Parts: sequence; C-alpha cells; structure tokens
Amino acid sequence: MSPMLRTALVIGLSLALSAAAVAADFATLLQGLDTRNFREKMTVTEQIAGSGHPRAAAVLTALSAGDLYVDDASGRVVIRHDDGPVTDAATGEPVASHGGLDRVIANILMRRRIEGALSRLRLNAPAPQMRLKAVRGLFGDLDENTVALLRERRDAEDDPRVAAALAVGLALYDLREGSRGERMAAIDELGGNLAPEARNALRQAAADGALPGPVREAAASALARTQTWVSFYDRVEQIFFGLSLGSVLLLAAVGLAITFGVMGVINMAHGELIMLGAYTTFVLQQLMPGHIGLALVLSVPAAFLVAGAFGVVIERGVIRHLYGRPLETLLATFGISLILQQLVRTVFSPLNRSVSAPEWLSGSVVLNPVLSLTVNRLVIIAFALAVFTLLVLVLNRTSLGLKVRAVSQNRAMARAVGVRSDWVDAATFGLGAGVAGIAGVALSQLTNVGPNMGQSYIIDSFLVVVFGGAGNLLGTLVGAMTLGVLNKFLEPATGAVLAKILVLVFIILFIQKRPKGLFPQRGRAAEA
Amino acid sequence: MTADAKSLPRLGYRGGLLTGDIAGRVLIALLLAAAVAVPAANLLAPEGSLLHLSSYTVTLLGKYLCYALLALSVDLIWGYCGILSLGHGAFFALGGYAMGMYLMRQIGTRGVYGDPVLPDFMVFLNWDRLPWYWYGFDQFPVALVAIVLVPAVVAFVFGWLAFRSRVTGVYLSIMSQALTYALMLAFFRNEMGFGGNNGLTDFKDILGFDIQADTTRAALFAASALALAGGYAICRFIVSSKLGRVVTAVRDAEARVRTVGYRVDHYKVWLFTVSAMLAGVAGALYVPQVGIINPGEFSPLNSIEIVVWVAVGGRGTLIGAVVGALAVNYGKTVFTGVWPEGWLFALGALFVVVTVFLPRGIVGLLRRRRGEEAA
Repeated sequence: MSPMLRTALVIGLSLALSAAAVAADFATLLQGLDTRNFREKMTVTEQIAGSGHPRAAAVLTALSAGDLYVDDASGRVVIRHDDGPVTDAATGEPVASHGGLDRVIANILMRRRIEGALSRLRLNAPAPQMRLKAVRGLFGDLDENTVALLRERRDAEDDPRVAAALAVGLALYDLREGSRGERMAAIDELGGNLAPEARNALRQAAADGALPGPVREAAASALARTQTWVSFYDRVEQIFFGLSLGSVLLLAAVGLAITFGVMGVINMAHGELIMLGAYTTFVLQQLMPGHIGLALVLSVPAAFLVAGAFGVVIERGVIRHLYGRPLETLLATFGISLILQQLVRTVFSPLNRSVSAPEWLSGSVVLNPVLSLTVNRLVIIAFALAVFTLLVLVLNRTSLGLKVRAVSQNRAMARAVGVRSDWVDAATFGLGAGVAGIAGVALSQLTNVGPNMGQSYIIDSFLVVVFGGAGNLLGTLVGAMTLGVLNKFLEPATGAVLAKILVLVFIILFIQKRPKGLFPQRGRAAEA
Repeated sequence: MTADAKSLPRLGYRGGLLTGDIAGRVLIALLLAAAVAVPAANLLAPEGSLLHLSSYTVTLLGKYLCYALLALSVDLIWGYCGILSLGHGAFFALGGYAMGMYLMRQIGTRGVYGDPVLPDFMVFLNWDRLPWYWYGFDQFPVALVAIVLVPAVVAFVFGWLAFRSRVTGVYLSIMSQALTYALMLAFFRNEMGFGGNNGLTDFKDILGFDIQADTTRAALFAASALALAGGYAICRFIVSSKLGRVVTAVRDAEARVRTVGYRVDHYKVWLFTVSAMLAGVAGALYVPQVGIINPGEFSPLNSIEIVVWVAVGGRGTLIGAVVGALAVNYGKTVFTGVWPEGWLFALGALFVVVTVFLPRGIVGLLRRRRGEEAA
C-alpha cells in the first residue's frame, strides 16, 4: 500500500466517521452553541455547516437572523421567529413547553461566515430549482469567495439551466475584475442574456471610460444584441396582452354575434346579461364560503342558466313583438338594460362587489427574466376559445343549430318544413344570453363587478361584431383579436384612453371601405 | 308626377309657413306668450301671490325648453329621414362647451387663482398659455359662431363619412353612439384643455349681466322659448319644403329614391348637419341656465334618452318631439323627487311600453283617436 493511498484512506475514513458521529448527534452539536466564547461558537458553526445535515441550513439561517435560542428548562436549542411558535432546532418539530429562552448571539464575523456557508449549502442543494435560485442570489455580491464557490459548483453541475446561470455569474465577475481577454470572453457570454444583472453590467462596461475602447465597443454591441431580444419579448408580451384583451372582447361579443348576427336583433341589454353572469358568480361564492374555486367552476353553468332564462323571458316578453323593426328593438332592449341595472342596484347595492380569485388562477408562468405570462390571462384566452369552439359546434353540428340557421336564412320556408320558428327564436336568444352570462363569469375575474359593468362592454362588443361582419362567428373571432392586439399596441404610445379613441376612429373609417365588416354575409340573406 | 303633386296636401311653403299646422300655431303662440308671461310672473308678481313663479321654476322650465329643442333636432332626422342617431347628445354638449368657454373667459380675474386670461383649471394644471382653440372666446360673436359651427363641422364630417358609404340602420346608430362615447373619453382627459372631469363651471356673468340674477334667468328663459319657437319654424319649413318630401321618401324607400336619381347621401348629410346645429344651440342655451357643462353630457345614456323623448311624444310629428321632451322631463323631475331609485325602472319601462304598444307616441295616439271619432 503506497503512502498516498494510505493517507487518502485514513482521511476518507476519518471524514466518514466524523460525519456519521455528527449526523448521529446533531442535537448535541447544536448545544455546543450554548457558550459565551465566540471562537468556540465559530468552530461549532463551521461543524454545523460541514455536517451535511438537512436541518443545517435552517439552523444557520436562524442563527444569522437572531432567531436561535437556548431553552433554559431542557437545555435544547430552539428556533423562534418574532413571537411565533417555538420549534426544536435539531428536528424542526414544535416544542410544546419551554422555559426561559436565551438568544444565541452571533457576531459580525460569524454572520459573514454563515452567509458563505449558507451560499455553499444552497449551491449544492439537491433540487436544481434551489440551486438556480442560489446562483441568481449570488449575482448581487460577487467577490473572490463567492466566485470560488461558483467555480467549484460549475465543475460538478449537470443541469443545463443552472450551468448557464453559473456561466453568467462568472462572466459578470470576469467583466468587472478580469483581464482584457477574460473581459472580451465575458462580454461575448453576456450578450443576448436577458437577466437584468447581465444587461446592467454590459451597460456599465459600455459607459466605463477606464476600459479600453474595443472592450467598450464590444460591450455596446453585445448590449444592442440583448436589446433586440428584449424588444422582441416586449412585442410578444404586447401580443399576449392583446390576445387576452381580445379574448375578453370575444367572450363579450360572441353572444351578441348570435343575437345580432344570426337573428338580426339588436340587444342593448347584452351588457346587463354579462353583468347578471358576474353577479351569479358573486352569489355562488357567498353561498359557498371556503370553496372559491369550486364556486367559480359551478358558476359557469349557473350563469348560463340564469342569463339564458332572462334572455328567454326578454325574447318572449318584448322582442317577439318587434321582429322586423330593428331600431325599435334597440330602444326596447335599452329600456330593459336600464331596468336590469336598477334591479341589481336595488337588490345588491350600487357599490362594486368583489369576486375572489381561486389560488390556481393567480401566479404567472415565467418564461425568461423579461417575459412572464399571468395564469389568469392564459386561462381566459383558453376559456374564450373553448366557449367559441363549443358555440361553433352547436351552430354547425346540432339540430338546434341547423334550425337556427334555417330560420335566419328563410323564416317562411323553415316554417313550411315544420320548424317551430318561435321556439327556435326563443332558444337562439336564450343561447346568446347564456353565453353572455358565461362571459360575465370570466369578467368577474378581471374587473370589478358592479351595476355599470355591462355598459362598459356593450359598445366594444358591438364594434367587434360590426367590424368582424354580422352573421359570421369567424368574423367575430378575428375582429375581437385584431381589436384587442391593436389596442395594446397603441396603448404604450398614446395612453389607454387615446388608444381607445383611435380604435373607434379606425373602425369608423374601416366601415367606409367595408360597410359589411371583415367577413360580409353573402348570398340571399345579405340583401334581406 | 304633376298629378301626384296636386293630390298631395297643400305644402306649407306655398301658403303661410304654418298653414294647416294647427298644433304648430298653438305651440308657437304658447311659446311667445310664455316668453313674456313667465318672466313677468317671476319678476313682477309679488312673492307668495298665486301668480308668482320662483326662480328655480323658471330655470327648470328653461331647461325643459332646451331639451325640447334638442328633441326637435333628433325628430328631424329620425322621424323624417329614418336616421336613428344615438349620439346627438354630442352635438348638444359641443354647443354647450362652446358657450361654456365664452362664460369661462368672462370670469376674468374673479377666479380662485385670479389669472386674467387663463381659466382656473389651466392654472391648476400649470399651463402657462391659452391653447389656440380658446382664442377669441372672450368675444360673444365668436362664441355664437362656434356654437353653430363646431357641431355642424363634426356632424358634416361624420355624416359625410357615414352616409357616403351607405352606413344605415342599426350600423349607423351604433357608430353614432361610438362617436359620442369617443368624445366623452376625450373630454374626460385633462390634456384636452376643457377642464377634464370637472368640466367648465363657476360662471360669473353673461354679456355683462350677473348669471345668478333673476332678471338674467328670466331673459335666458325667454331666449330659450324664442329659440324653440324658431327651431320649430325652421323644422316645419324644412319638412314641408320640396326637400322635405325627398327626405321623407328617403326614409320610406331609400333605394327607390336613389334609383330615381336623387343623391340620397347629400340630402342626409345636409339634414344631419342642420339637426346638429339645432342641438348645438339647445346646448348653448342650456349651459348658462344649469351653470355647468362636463363630459357626462356626452354619455351614451343621455343621447338615448333624447330618443325616448321623441318616441314617447310621437316621432315624425314635430309637435310630438316637443310634447315628449316636456312630458318625460316633467315626469323625471317628479319621480326623482318622490322615489329617486325608481326613475330608471320607470324610464326603462317607458322604453319598452312605447316601442311595443305605442309606436306612434302620444301624438299618434291622440290623432288616431280623433281620426276614429271623425270616421
């Protein structure tokens, strides 16, 4: 046995032995902190850091934050944050009874060591997600010590995302402290990277007069490369916002597209049917406190039924008498909208009601440092498209849809072949109203629920239908998405209000060229 | 053609303007009488006597008359040409803003900040000079021109765009509603230079007379009455002229009129513009009486309320517009005093009942009854 091998064996054996001993009695080790001697405490701290015990990070964090105490009664080391519950430092389990607590004080030198030890612990955490977070956390204070940690980790890292983050961290350091060659390599590494630290570092390097000219130029061009990507992702984000606004418009307008487009009925109470859907959500959430998510899911069919029932009543009670007189229908349904608004004001209150969002609708999907998509908007987009698809299927694939199309194309002929046209009218109107109710459920997650919410959507919805072309659901889809994206692209330049006005002017001018909308109805029905 | 023309009822413009229009003659006589009697009852009759009218009542009546003129302007295009404008409140408000700008300039140094030129809200926004479109509004004649011209230009541009490309029916209604909605959003912006959310208010005097004084209020009432009488005469002249016959034909069979060779869009644009001017005058008379103009006047609800006044009174009869505006607004005053929450219920029900059961309105109902009795 060669001496080297023997030495290695001995070191390995003793390491293994000491690790086992420490792990076996972590609690005893912690009790070593109960001393006034900082040098002893420092030794114990380093032993804790090197122990590899799963509780090590928690204990060190508590020690650094001044949350670590010694229990007078049992002599155990415990953790307590502010006046919160007391937990055993070694096991993490709650402590039922305890005596007086003495804080374990850490001096500035210990804290610094603890920070380093914690970084190392986190950098070597088993979960890649944790390691990524630790690497990013170090971007702010890169010095010889932390960089040494990063280098150490780089050699062992196998997760590509963590490896990329490590490379960025090292490049950041090289750009600041390295030789000219290292700086150029670092600039090359950082160019196109979207992390704010990388962009800041490049910006500083490009403006730093102490650096040689070529380095500064390289930094500037690398920054320009990043900027291209940033503006690209900004565009993507705008499109996403536009599509989510478009989905809201689609939801609000698609019911109108049925009543206006298919039946030729102007329903000015459409916004109020949306409002009824939103209030249905509110009521269901009140009835089922504690089950916000379930109430929201149940409100979709409930709102469809409530708004649909109102729709059928409106059709049977009023609109039926006004077929063929579109302007009168417009006025009568406007009257109904006033009545419904006042009804809600009287029954609930004139004030806005808040509908809560369930947990699974909050949060966002982070794609990269400059682009993150909020979950609720993603869900709205998917929901709008689902409702739209369902509606298209109902109109094109079911017997109800067939009858609806038959009556809308030639009422007399449809009646002659045995379609009960009055029944179809009521069902169609109820369908359009029900879809408005569903839109209300979705909108309750985005805006305030109040008596005036309907009015804010009615004009937009009509513009979508007019723009897309009445009587064509595909037109409504394209119209809604176009207007949504257009709005969001104008907004940064002009502000929200002016963007809205410009869109209105755009539609007024558009109607000049295409009076029947994007997708005009063709054939005999168009001339009716 | 000549045979047909002979069989038509005698057209007004050939004889006197109001020949055959008994209701119109009664209305104008009443308005002229009221222009004298109401101010007299307010200023001359001692307080407490039966004949006395309070200043509040005089202003309220003056407001009604402005609404009636506004209703007349809507009836002219909806009742006679079939153009349902859901944005006529915009022209009313534009006229009102033009008058409001004149009244703002008259405040002079009496504002809170005492700036001789800039209105208070501009000082508040730290503007150092008057925007160009405020120039000249310290002169009453300039304001008068703007009151008529601004709504006319907006209406002309909108009408020219809309009617030339044959936007009709509900499409036009929605577009006109979008117009007033867009203007409302625009006027809410402080950067527009029209006082933003608060609008224009705190007026002091008009043509040198204190705007709060009873005499001024009486004079404004008389002016409103005369304006309504004048507006009625103008509308009567238009609808009974040859042009009016063409316009009515456009309402009933647009395609045929076009085929015969008339430029339908020209007639419509012209009528729409005239109607907007009348609305602007109504707005200008309204503002000094209520003492404020703000972007709320542009709200789509206001515009559609005008339409219901006309529908209640009976569209296609000029007298109906006046009767409807007076009746509905009187009802609104009474209702909001007794049961404020109930007004929207009542107004909503009015929309439904009138359209479903009373398509010809009050005047139509009366005429039919009289016709049945005669028959």
